[in-house]
Amino acid sequence: MVVAIVLVLLVVGSVLFHFLSPWYFTPIASNWSAMDHTISLTFWVTGSVFVAINLFMAYCVIRYRYRKGKRAQYEPENKKLEWWLTGLTTVGVAAMLAPGLFVWANFVEVPKDAGVFEAVGKQWSWGFRFPGKDGVMGTVDAKYVSDKNPFGMNPDDPNGQDDVLVSSPELHLPLGKPVKALLRSIDVLHDFAVPQFRAKMDLVPGLVTYIWFTPTRTGKFDLLCNELCGTGHFVMRGSVVVEEDAAFQAWLSGHPTFAQTSAQVSGDAAAGKALFAVCAACHGLQAEGNPAMNAPKLSGQGDWYLKRQLKSFKNGARGSHEKDVFGKMMAPMAATLTDDAAIDNVIAYIKTLPDNPALITTKGIATNGQKPYVTCGTCHGADGRGMQATNAPRLKGMSDWYMVTQLKNFKQGIRGAHPKDLYGPQMALMADILGDDQATHDVVAYINTLR
Amino acid sequence: MSYVAHDESAFAPPAEVEEVELYHPKTWVGKYVWSQDAKVIAVQYAMTAMGIGLVALVLSWLMRLQLGYPNSFSFINPSNYLQFVTMHGMIMVIYLLTALFLGGFGNYLIPLMVGARDMVFPYVNMVSYWVYLFAVLLLVASFFVTGGPTGAGWTLYPPQAISQGTPGSSWGIILMLVSLAFFIVGFTMGGLNYVVTVLQARTRGMTMMRLPLTVWGIFMATVLALLAFPALFVSAIMMTLDLTLGTSFFMPAIVSMGQQGGHSGGNPLLFQHLFWFFGHPEVYIVALPAFGIVSDLLSVHARKNIFGYRMMVWAILAIGALSFIVWAHHMYVSGMNPYFGFFFATTTLIIAVPTAIKVYNWVLTLWRGNIHLTVPMLFAIGFIFTFINGGLTGLFLGNATVSVPLSDTMFVVAHFHMVMAIAPILVVFGAIYHWYPKITGRMLNDTLGKFHFWVTFVGSYGIYYPMHYLGMMGVPRRYYAIGGTDFIPASAHFVNEWITIAALIVGAVQMVFLYNLIWSYFNGKPSGSNPWNATTLEWQTPDTPPKHGNFGATLPVVYRWAYDYSVPGAVDDFIPQNVPPREVTGRNSSKT
Repeated sequence: MVVAIVLVLLVVGSVLFHFLSPWYFTPIASNWSAMDHTISLTFWVTGSVFVAINLFMAYCVIRYRYRKGKRAQYEPENKKLEWWLTGLTTVGVAAMLAPGLFVWANFVEVPKDAGVFEAVGKQWSWGFRFPGKDGVMGTVDAKYVSDKNPFGMNPDDPNGQDDVLVSSPELHLPLGKPVKALLRSIDVLHDFAVPQFRAKMDLVPGLVTYIWFTPTRTGKFDLLCNELCGTGHFVMRGSVVVEEDAAFQAWLSGHPTFAQTSAQVSGDAAAGKALFAVCAACHGLQAEGNPAMNAPKLSGQGDWYLKRQLKSFKNGARGSHEKDVFGKMMAPMAATLTDDAAIDNVIAYIKTLPDNPALITTKGIATNGQKPYVTCGTCHGADGRGMQATNAPRLKGMSDWYMVTQLKNFKQGIRGAHPKDLYGPQMALMADILGDDQATHDVVAYINTLR
Repeated sequence: MSYVAHDESAFAPPAEVEEVELYHPKTWVGKYVWSQDAKVIAVQYAMTAMGIGLVALVLSWLMRLQLGYPNSFSFINPSNYLQFVTMHGMIMVIYLLTALFLGGFGNYLIPLMVGARDMVFPYVNMVSYWVYLFAVLLLVASFFVTGGPTGAGWTLYPPQAISQGTPGSSWGIILMLVSLAFFIVGFTMGGLNYVVTVLQARTRGMTMMRLPLTVWGIFMATVLALLAFPALFVSAIMMTLDLTLGTSFFMPAIVSMGQQGGHSGGNPLLFQHLFWFFGHPEVYIVALPAFGIVSDLLSVHARKNIFGYRMMVWAILAIGALSFIVWAHHMYVSGMNPYFGFFFATTTLIIAVPTAIKVYNWVLTLWRGNIHLTVPMLFAIGFIFTFINGGLTGLFLGNATVSVPLSDTMFVVAHFHMVMAIAPILVVFGAIYHWYPKITGRMLNDTLGKFHFWVTFVGSYGIYYPMHYLGMMGVPRRYYAIGGTDFIPASAHFVNEWITIAALIVGAVQMVFLYNLIWSYFNGKPSGSNPWNATTLEWQTPDTPPKHGNFGATLPVVYRWAYDYSVPGAVDDFIPQNVPPREVTGRNSSKT
């Protein structure tokens, strides 16, 4: 008896949950509403079956429960009933399959007028490439991949010279235009998934896969890796901004072509020396850092990272949070570097300065920090040397008090939460792993032992 | 299908092969350790499987703690989280469910139910268990090597499984692959035994169409496993070679963590095809024994013949055959040629038809039955409910178009736990409550059993039903933490917390079950030889528990199918398979 009542309650509860709970598909933002329709259809068909069979079972349990003196009916089979049920099931299955195949035919056939872009995945970040003015993507190969050529572009292919390279995890797409996404991975499997677009597809190293969709709604959408790609899988995030065509074109033209990135020359250290005088006031003449002035050590840090941070301070991605007291002091200083050339020059000068390990100031317990550092090490290097390939700055021998502050800032959303900070959110998720202040001090103490 | 026959041989055609002499050990070690008795081997398999299953249960707690209470536990980090996920999945699917259904139930029930004295190759059967144990130990060893066990996900997809961004990519993955290879070797020894025993060692009168559905389910699952495991075996070997000798079966040229990989020309999709060519039949390797066993539980405890026996047998065969041509429905978004989607969506949805027939026939077995709500029956009903839910969500994932938005989300996790974790494990429990009296001679405690049922059944539905909705929102699976996304409302965290609490409770209640197993072994009510008044041969043995050789001096002769319950005209509401027509009291008709 009880079991029958519970069955009924579970059926009723499931149906109510389906209709009343706030958790369901996100509002769609692409042309694939047909997918949503097949989902609804499947819900109605399977939902009816779920309710019908289970209620019938509950009925049987009550109606035919054991009673003394009663006997079960002896009925080995009932051909007619069985064939009816088989027939009905076949009809139900066909009713779901046929529309599904119809939509699938659209899914696999890319419209002729679709624009093209390429999404490139690597552990654990996204990059994007557009074909440039000639409309043709240049050839690529894993063997060309390096810090200076993260997309693995073939330097000798004329088609690739005008390809526009977007090395940040934020992709912009024009509203209302069908696009074909070519998907390429340079290391392991990844998956290009934007829940609101519905369509998704794996990136397979060694192959180029594709999907197509038409964004139908402006806005900023989360891009997630949906195929397990290692320790940092859950932080492999990006975003897709859908906007009017004019805004999209403006965004696109703000990114360099392959020819421009490869022609980039490093800055002029001599010119940078004069600019560095402003920096030296706090960071020290040797860029060795000064805890008293809350200025971290700069010497020995990766030039690509210094450049990105200076730009972040300039555009407000860093140093604009009201609680970021010292960041707010840095922002106007960064503003004294008026253009990219000035930034390149000052960084070129910093590169000439001697790289001595910063003084140790934290009192964490290094042995306790060793285990959590394994996670840090997957991006920053087991020895903390920093890796441009994973967008992770050098940690070893850098200012420990500064790392403690920054870890706390990441955890509290003071750093890494600004909409213009494209790389910070990844670190913010990672910093969350450290439970309390002690854990933060411990892991930094461990970093101090790396030499 | 005649109901009237006068010549007894018409009821009992001769056996396939002559009886052979068994080797009877004299020592305790020979009887219980290096045992060649399928019943002892069954218990060895079951205890090992449940032991390693407990490890996997604890691993699931650890991952749920992280998802329910993110970053609250210093001993969980993104690396070992993936290791928990991976080892939980692999242990549960292969080392628990496959081993328990085939090595455990298969060994115990096949010889008894077909009326054989033992498996046909008892020595090979013994070796099978010890190789299985060795595979389990290798797996356990991976927890203690440098870098820990592999965190590549139970699917072990390359290149990630053997590249450095994945935990356990040095020793852990090698131990995993070698352990799998040994498991398959051990299983093959056992599997050949089960198949040959069913085909050749059935007693006189036991035709194939008189076999209990339990035997049909285990038999077909074993056939599937013998055909499917080789695909996993070769892919394990090939991946080991890619890792150790630098071959490029699955490894293309890649740049991992800024370093050139040294491979070229391999294809990661080849692994996925091989893996799922094994992996999809694997679902049915777990499901078919459950289908078979639950059919018998329902029939016995509803005192009614299984409805549509012949259709049930054909459905098992059809599902088994179809299961080999649906594998790429796991790969709709894998990057394989998308035109394959048409074929695999069609075959996958076709498989729903025989599966649905089985569900109808289970429910129709209850219809007009005389339902005893015993603990095994409760678990059987719980199975039907859970399986209906899990089966229906399979129609979402099997249909390529519907599947795309749901692929790689928590919806998938919820679906496969419903259909191939909770549903089969409910059958495992039902079966243990059902056959424990035969194995030990004592009944399991009923009150503890009911408590165990209610918490497990309702609790696991509470875990997995809401989880589907996380997946629909787009929450990906295998994510250590989801924070920092705009599309997931803060309220979704409540779902995760709820699931974690439910999982902790359901897991803890399994300890009650283990306690019951031990307590009842010493204190349970003596069961007698046939406490459920069942018809099948294992309940007709002269001794309970059955001795080595099972049936005493002479083997039983079978005169009827396994489902003569509530036969009109007969006095008792069951007629055992070995009762000749002339001995049925009050008989005026009987089914052959």
